[in-house]
Amino acid sequence: MTPPSPAPRVALFVTCLVDLHRPSVGFAAIKLLEDAGCRVEVPLAQTCCGQPAYNAGDRSTARDLARGLLDAFGGYDYVVVPSGSCGGMLRAHMPHLFDDDPNTRARADALAGRTYELVSFLTDVMGVTTLDATCAATATYHDSCAGLRELGIKAQPRALLASVAGLTLSEMADAEVCCGFGGTFCVKYPDISTRMVADKTKDIAKTGAGLLLAGDMGCLLNMAGRLQREGSTVQVRHVAEVLAGMTGDLPPIGEARR
Amino acid sequence: MSKDTILNAIRRGLKRGPLPEDQALGLRARMAAHPRHLIPARSRIDRPGQIALFLRNIEKEFGTFTRVPDLDAIPEAVADYLTANNLPSDFAMAPHPELAAIPWSNRPLLTQRPGRAQASDLVSLQHGYAAVAETGTLVLPAAAVRPTTLNLLSDTFMVVLRASRVVGAYEEAWDLLRAENRDERSGGFMPRNVMLVTGPSRSADIESTLELGAHGPRRLHVVLVDDDPAAFA
Amino acid sequence: MQIRSPAFKANVSAALADERLQKALEFTRPAFPSRRAAAVADLPEFEQLRDIGRDIKNHTLANLDFYLEIYAANVERAGGIVHWCSTADEARAAVLAICEKAGARTVTKGKSMISEELGINAHLEAHGITPVETDLGEYILQIRNEGPSHIIAPAFHLNRNDWEESFRKVHTDLPADRVFNERRDILTEARTRLREKFLAADVGITGANFLIAETGSSVIVTNEGNGDLTQTLPRVHIALASIEKLVPTLEDATSLLRLLARSATGQDFSVYTTFSTGARRSEDLDGPGEYHVVLIDNGRSGMIGTEFQEMLRCIRCAACMNHCPVYFTVGGHSYGWVYPGPMGSVLTPSLIGVDQAGHLPNASTFCGKCESVCPVKIPLPKLMRHWREHEFERHLSPSAVRTNLAIWAWFAMRPQLYRIATRIGARVLGWLGRKKGRLSSLPLAGGWTAGRDLPTPEGDTFFARYARLQREGKL
Ligand code: SF4
Repeated sequence: MTPPSPAPRVALFVTCLVDLHRPSVGFAAIKLLEDAGCRVEVPLAQTCCGQPAYNAGDRSTARDLARGLLDAFGGYDYVVVPSGSCGGMLRAHMPHLFDDDPNTRARADALAGRTYELVSFLTDVMGVTTLDATCAATATYHDSCAGLRELGIKAQPRALLASVAGLTLSEMADAEVCCGFGGTFCVKYPDISTRMVADKTKDIAKTGAGLLLAGDMGCLLNMAGRLQREGSTVQVRHVAEVLAGMTGDLPPIGEARR
Repeated sequence: MSKDTILNAIRRGLKRGPLPEDQALGLRARMAAHPRHLIPARSRIDRPGQIALFLRNIEKEFGTFTRVPDLDAIPEAVADYLTANNLPSDFAMAPHPELAAIPWSNRPLLTQRPGRAQASDLVSLQHGYAAVAETGTLVLPAAAVRPTTLNLLSDTFMVVLRASRVVGAYEEAWDLLRAENRDERSGGFMPRNVMLVTGPSRSADIESTLELGAHGPRRLHVVLVDDDPAAFA
Repeated sequence: MQIRSPAFKANVSAALADERLQKALEFTRPAFPSRRAAAVADLPEFEQLRDIGRDIKNHTLANLDFYLEIYAANVERAGGIVHWCSTADEARAAVLAICEKAGARTVTKGKSMISEELGINAHLEAHGITPVETDLGEYILQIRNEGPSHIIAPAFHLNRNDWEESFRKVHTDLPADRVFNERRDILTEARTRLREKFLAADVGITGANFLIAETGSSVIVTNEGNGDLTQTLPRVHIALASIEKLVPTLEDATSLLRLLARSATGQDFSVYTTFSTGARRSEDLDGPGEYHVVLIDNGRSGMIGTEFQEMLRCIRCAACMNHCPVYFTVGGHSYGWVYPGPMGSVLTPSLIGVDQAGHLPNASTFCGKCESVCPVKIPLPKLMRHWREHEFERHLSPSAVRTNLAIWAWFAMRPQLYRIATRIGARVLGWLGRKKGRLSSLPLAGGWTAGRDLPTPEGDTFFARYARLQREGKL
């Protein structure tokens, strides 16, 4: 695909968890997008994609939040999200909140069509094939559910990771099996969630990788929290941190700044 | 009446009354035409390919086969199979004219008992109506000449099948039945029972591990009669 | 069947602590997906067939009343009898009446989930008729008085010792010192015992995987052959079938059959796929003299025209549970009723009420694996979400959840206040975990920290840092 010309105007949708928990991922996204030739803006009126409400069955709150997004993200060439889960919410679900309201539905469809998850945007839209980043590690990559099944993200992160100097990828068994995060599921059904993430950490350990990567903060916090509870030394990072070459300055998730 | 209760509840859900006659006409036409859907390419091949596919699938499903040139060769093939597997030489046999026409007297040690199967039968021989290459499936419509119990009660289940009756896909087997069978009772073409049999009986209910011969036969053996010139390429 | 779905959380705790179950789950877990994957890889048209399967079922459901009438007329033309039953009570009564009229004392049964749903066995027993389950898995469950934990592998949670122990307990006429060296020995004993039952039974009851309008046929699909013996040997055959099993033609059924075994066990085709049409013909040498279809609604018609109509496409292949990480963590009994796994999480609330089965559609991460393997493309997560919406509207969801959600939403709708609140939150958490970078316990977050640490935030929010960098002209 030829990259859109010239310099598309891209709005970054930061997402709640990146905002609250791991701002560096937002800055990694900005760097990656700018390096790929985008003009990046961060609309200040954004908050949340509404998924927590939507999945709790609270459609009306989800709609109210979605209306806010339609206003906040109007007028950009693209909206880019460093999360398959929030990206899936915007692309696959949000428009259907307005099935009974054709005017808003049309705006929602337009927004959904312009919205991309970060890594797939870099490869599929901007045509990025190689990156100038270094990370000396053996890593394993977990396919987060929404990114994988709602957005078809599988090859893209692996393609870009292949260009990171010093990095080797060691695939885990069942990389596509859910880690047990599931939004509020992990606190509503902690027993099930804990067992699921413990199954996942077993698969991670078997790879011998020292670094676990994924594209969604929810899954990453879940897996990092479990690995650390088990006393594992596997480091955990959002894939964007590695792709943006930030691993030198930024401690892994759940580890203190040295 | 429950029938009306159910039908009315469905119609309420569908937000309509009984189906309007013009639409019903369309649906009746669909049933009359019984259109085929996609048929997988794997069986859309030439005759020799179809026969080979059928036999491959028989083996894939834990069955065995012998190929014979004509009916005359069947007694020997059956005798050899039974001896090789240490099986008794008497068996229940479908009272089908094609099986009766086999020169069994060539092998006087074999004993056939035409009729349905009894619980005590260890071996049975069925007449194969047709077979589907796609998955190695035998098509066995019940008839006076093809009792269903023969398919089920014995430990070792043998089937005589003519190669010319091997079709590619299930749909072609239905067409054979549609063209060749008339059921007095229903006025349609379906006999009381049609069994599609793919391999010997099996179960994985004990510790998710496959064992053959659960309730039905433990062995399935096909004697394929090469009566189809097109099948030799 | 007794409903234990409201106790889902307690069921889960018990299941997680049940070592035997966990071992069985661990052993079986990889088998189903890899077998299905191999079968699918072997049929390049599989994805197209899924669309076709969905369309056939949708077409039938949109005209279900019409096809049901045609179907019933064709059954009767072939000498069968159709019993229309709106409710479970009516269906139980119809089955009993047929058995009593036949003077039945023993009834053999093929595996049928609708029979579990209706509680046929208990009803027959209460009236002095002995039902005998003949599917191997169902047979041992009947001996042990347990329900199925899976819709196609009902007893996979049991191990060899369980089988032996149960057989020794009930087959008391056999030598007590007999040895079971291998699985084969267990199988042989069951086969011999059940063969006697098949021959003695007066009535055989099976389920139905499909009903075919064009021909008035019912179709059963098995690997053991028990269903065929059940319906061939006794004088009377009763097929239990819910109304959504219907398809118009043989060709329609055939397309769905191409999906069924591959999705279920990873076989290309099951061993026995049997089409039954009416009773024994006068010239036949075997087969039942009477053929009855008990056609059951029991809540299905109420799903038509609702957002749950799509669930009626289900062909009970079990692919959704075979690929479900939640199912393989908690096992089938945790779901507390007949239908476990993702399909049960949608269907059970429809059939017994969401007030009873409310946990089921909530106990999902929405990972979407089930939908991706469903042969008739039922959007299971979406339907589970619809149940959550019903619960939310009816105020059935826990009040703490509602309150938290409301507070969060109030802030999320006010970006400036939201910034302040998140900034405080991030700072506090960051400060609490500043030494290790994570917390191993935190008030109100016990659900998280019981099994995991909580990684702490970097310390400032993205927006705070972004604003600072902008002020400093660094962006
Ligand atoms: S919901 Fe789909 S995958 Fe699950 S049992 Fe039904 S048809 Fe199979």
